[in-house]
Amino acid sequence: MFNEADLTALAITLKLAVITTMILLVLGTPLAWWLARTRWRFKFVLEAVVALPLVLPPTVLGFYLLIALGPHGPVGGLMESMGGKPLAFTFTGLVIGSVIYSMPFVIQPLQDAFMAVGRRPLEVAATLRASPLDRFFTVAVPLARPGFLTATVLGFAHTLGEFGVVLMIGGNIPGETQVVSIAIYDHVEGLEYTHAHWLSGGLLLLSFVLLIAVYALNRRFRVARP
Amino acid sequence: MIDVRFHLRRTDFSLDLDLSIPAQGITAVFGPSGCGKTTLLRLLAGLEHCRNGFLKVGNLTWQDGNRFVLPHRRPIAYVFQEASLFAHLSVQRNLEYGVKRVPATERKVSMQKAIELLGIGHLLKRKPDTLSGGERQRVAIARALAVSPRLLLMDEPLAALDAERKQEIMPYIESLHDELDIPVIYVSHSHDEVARLANHLVLMQDGKIKANGDVHEIFTRLDLPLAHASDAAAIIDAQVIEHDTNFHLTHLEFSGGQIAVPHKELPLGSHVRLQLAARDVSLTLEHQSGTSILNIFPATVDAITHEGGAQVTVRLIAGGVALLSRITNKSAVELDLQPGKAVYAQVKSVALLN
Repeated sequence: MFNEADLTALAITLKLAVITTMILLVLGTPLAWWLARTRWRFKFVLEAVVALPLVLPPTVLGFYLLIALGPHGPVGGLMESMGGKPLAFTFTGLVIGSVIYSMPFVIQPLQDAFMAVGRRPLEVAATLRASPLDRFFTVAVPLARPGFLTATVLGFAHTLGEFGVVLMIGGNIPGETQVVSIAIYDHVEGLEYTHAHWLSGGLLLLSFVLLIAVYALNRRFRVARP
Repeated sequence: MIDVRFHLRRTDFSLDLDLSIPAQGITAVFGPSGCGKTTLLRLLAGLEHCRNGFLKVGNLTWQDGNRFVLPHRRPIAYVFQEASLFAHLSVQRNLEYGVKRVPATERKVSMQKAIELLGIGHLLKRKPDTLSGGERQRVAIARALAVSPRLLLMDEPLAALDAERKQEIMPYIESLHDELDIPVIYVSHSHDEVARLANHLVLMQDGKIKANGDVHEIFTRLDLPLAHASDAAAIIDAQVIEHDTNFHLTHLEFSGGQIAVPHKELPLGSHVRLQLAARDVSLTLEHQSGTSILNIFPATVDAITHEGGAQVTVRLIAGGVALLSRITNKSAVELDLQPGKAVYAQVKSVALLN
């Protein structure tokens, strides 16, 4: 079964996925809303940036992050000069990497959902005295609920399965930055196949259950809408 | 009054509007698709913005050179062409959405009153996707009324509905005028809806105002297209004066005379609106006696225009009310019709509009 190190890795993985998803929802919602509504000519540039983690090898992203967050990088250097620690090989560094790596999985479903809501319901709300912020929270967000569900689950599940970025910027520090995917890799390297089986099976099951949930719920929402 | 000055240039479309319309009753904005009717309504609501526009409703200026009141700060309500209910809210919550956002002191139409007027009490618990098209539009109208608007904007609210649903909703819209003193601007491209509902009429074409005035007058003005259409008609407001139980007739009176129609269950003294199609009105020089036509009244020829081909349209005045008659040019020549000539109008059939 799981040994103590495996359980710690599992806990770190879940903590990372939860924090990453929450940060992405908070930062991604306004960005997705803006992308869905703007008529800015160069919006496609930003969309390409958001989609970049989809096509980049995680090691490339991890490498640049390592440089940026390390003691000689712009972010790490700044942290150091302010009396802090560089972020490379820390949990915080892991969160930053995960947020960037999972960004498209949260922003794209949200943007699609906001676009599907369209302008009309918001215009209706405006003629019923709702201010722009009021319309956003009482009309746009509830109508985009399937998008929020998809974004949450995909962002969460994708962070769970992350390997390359984590390895590059997190290192492999047990109890600090060692996540499940890396623990599995270690077990296989050490020919501990039973442990690898338990962790792999656990991750497979968790991911499958999450995706089943999202597709089932989204189907229900679709049916419920005219 | 509502004073409007909007000038808009877009690549495929331009709008030049400068008009005043009464801030009471139902004003219909009538014109072909793409003439700018909906844009006018959206400009009134503040959903579109045009630079250097001017809009004053009563004593409130909503737009001028340096002011633009945002849509949610305008005391209006808007009924859109297609169902516009919030899919995530029940009928009741849809109604409450607007009401909750209106300060209590400005609530003149209670939600209960709006529910009653539109007959939707039995739908409150339902979700919009379980309603028929007609029911959805009734809820949308009730939701609009419940914010106690100072101006109600309706953008072809019946266009997406079949004939039966239209008949279902029309009486509700008619009753708005009598029940609540809310001015309505009603965009339509349906001749029937305008004839039935409007007090005032604005004709639009290619982004411009062709005419703006009393609906009776615009329908019968020979310099405007409505009087030349194949379904040209005069609109007459009359009053029920008598029921003839023997012959199952109801007698109506207007300032030009009396009109008999098949019996209608209406209280004496009630007001009705009639439509007299130009092609159903024939002319004689003397009062005919041996005729099956019941409705004959004296009138004076006001003007005549050729329709091209065999027909002419004659504008008549009967007791101050304008009528139209579509007859052949040959008849017009043989009767020697001239402006000012006294004739008798024989009306073959009359349509009761409400």
